[in-house]
Amino acid sequence: MKSVLSDRKTILLLLIPALLFYTAVRLVPVFWSFGLSFFEGDLRGFDFVGADNFVKLFNDKELGQALLMSGKYAFIVTIGQVVLGYLLALFYIFVLRKSSAFIRAIIFFPTVLPTVAIALLFKRFFEVAPQTGPVNAILNGFGLPSIDWLGQADSAFIVIVIMELWSSMGFFAILLYAGLIDIPEELIESARLDGATGFQLVKSIVLPLSLPVLLSALIFSFNATIKVFDSIYALTLGGPGTSTQPLTLYMYKTTFSFQDYGYGSTLALLLTVICLVVTLAIFGSARRDRTKA
Amino acid sequence: MTTATLNRPTPTDEAARRRRNRGKKFVRSLPGWAGIVFLLTIGIYPILWLFLSSFKTQREFIQESTFALPEQLNFQNYIDAWTTGDIARNFLNSVIVTVPSLTMVLLFGVGAAFAVEVMVWKGRNLTLLLFVSGIMIPGQMVLVPLFIAYFKLGISGTYLPMIITYVGMGLPLTVFMMAAYFKAIPREIFEAATIDGASMLRAFFSIGLPMVRNALFTIGLVTFLSIWNDLLIALTFTTNADLRPIQAGLLNFSGEFGQVSYGPLFAGICINVAGLLVLFIVLNGKIMKGLAGGALKG
Repeated sequence: MKSVLSDRKTILLLLIPALLFYTAVRLVPVFWSFGLSFFEGDLRGFDFVGADNFVKLFNDKELGQALLMSGKYAFIVTIGQVVLGYLLALFYIFVLRKSSAFIRAIIFFPTVLPTVAIALLFKRFFEVAPQTGPVNAILNGFGLPSIDWLGQADSAFIVIVIMELWSSMGFFAILLYAGLIDIPEELIESARLDGATGFQLVKSIVLPLSLPVLLSALIFSFNATIKVFDSIYALTLGGPGTSTQPLTLYMYKTTFSFQDYGYGSTLALLLTVICLVVTLAIFGSARRDRTKA
Repeated sequence: MTTATLNRPTPTDEAARRRRNRGKKFVRSLPGWAGIVFLLTIGIYPILWLFLSSFKTQREFIQESTFALPEQLNFQNYIDAWTTGDIARNFLNSVIVTVPSLTMVLLFGVGAAFAVEVMVWKGRNLTLLLFVSGIMIPGQMVLVPLFIAYFKLGISGTYLPMIITYVGMGLPLTVFMMAAYFKAIPREIFEAATIDGASMLRAFFSIGLPMVRNALFTIGLVTFLSIWNDLLIALTFTTNADLRPIQAGLLNFSGEFGQVSYGPLFAGICINVAGLLVLFIVLNGKIMKGLAGGALKG
């Protein structure tokens, strides 16, 4: 009997194609990329430069700015996504109750849209000239002057955050909604009978019970936001100047615009290390919390 | 018995209380309604504005208010975007790249999941772990070596770099999710099939695949969206403008026409959005479940 399930030919036939692609596209390039960070060069050839690229990391002003941007973006958008998503989920469950399906779908829809389409839409939505976009038209309606939203670093950052939250809050709402709906009805009902109301109910019953799913959302969100590329590339291209350029975009430009493959690989390595460290840190702190409780 | 009759409210009491309750209920539900209106506005208006704008002429864009409705249903923008704007070419490229990538991700992914979860052999857990660890690695980490490799192989000017990369990128999640589904199916079912004379491979195709059909469809949707909407890989591996898929094309489209030609640009974005809107209307339940499920487990 056992021989059928461990039939070598079947295993190989089913496993080899996937393993081949996976190894070629993900495993080998990771080590190759790691190796490249000790070299300098482009498609024509490479020279070994030892740890030069790593030394360069510490004296690179543009990198500092990019790291700051990535960090600021990941922090603000992660918090925004989880908080807005959670508020929406609470709204779905406690206010809309059984009739929330339509709103849930409407708010979720931007999640399936390509970031390029969303970025182009927002570019026009916040436009100054030649067409005054809706946002500036509303400002003008209140007698305020138009703002060149994408022309300044701070306001450009604000537009990026608004865009990101608009397009992803419905997704996080569904993610957290799925967690909230698992809380037994009787538990909430009995707390209500004990006199707990609205805010109190959420704070002492619902919130503690949804901590695990909140944590998952936090990790997922951070992992995605630290890798942000498409939306910023399409909306501002890191501009004005390099003021909204995250690490991913800096790495991309270094490699494919300036043809510095070695340093580009070093930056990619830095990005990977940051992703791993932060994920492990969140996991670690969560585990400690749970043992304390 | 007597207490029960005593406590039962009279019909008139009941009606009055219900009326009072209804009034109270309406007042209490006001913030709820405000919330609904607000959410519908921010959810629908940007898309609606995009759609209405796609019918406007250049003059309307410059001279009329941005909130104004289009003066007529002008399909010229769509014709311009589709033909001179090259959206047709980009759309076709997207299809050419997405169909084989998606097929291979699903077929190879479900095969590998079957091999590591149902089949019994040494090292299968390690292999699954190997696949799963790939979910954590950012795409940027593999771009440079792949770019060099494709160049050296001489396939830089074709669709192959995109297809190969999408397959490699899509596999980890598919293997991981499908393995979880196979775990729920008792091995005895497949063993029983082989007693009747079928080979294990046959059992996979005629019993395993149909059993996970629904899950495979959901993962297919998620993978489709990630390939169709991708920009990073499309941007990196299309050195030739004729190969550009729709997202990369749309981005360049806005560049070519500059700040001047709004109409075709809006029409181009609308074409991009419309297809996904139809897909979402038909399958929103599955898409939402699939995306959220993939996130929580991944």
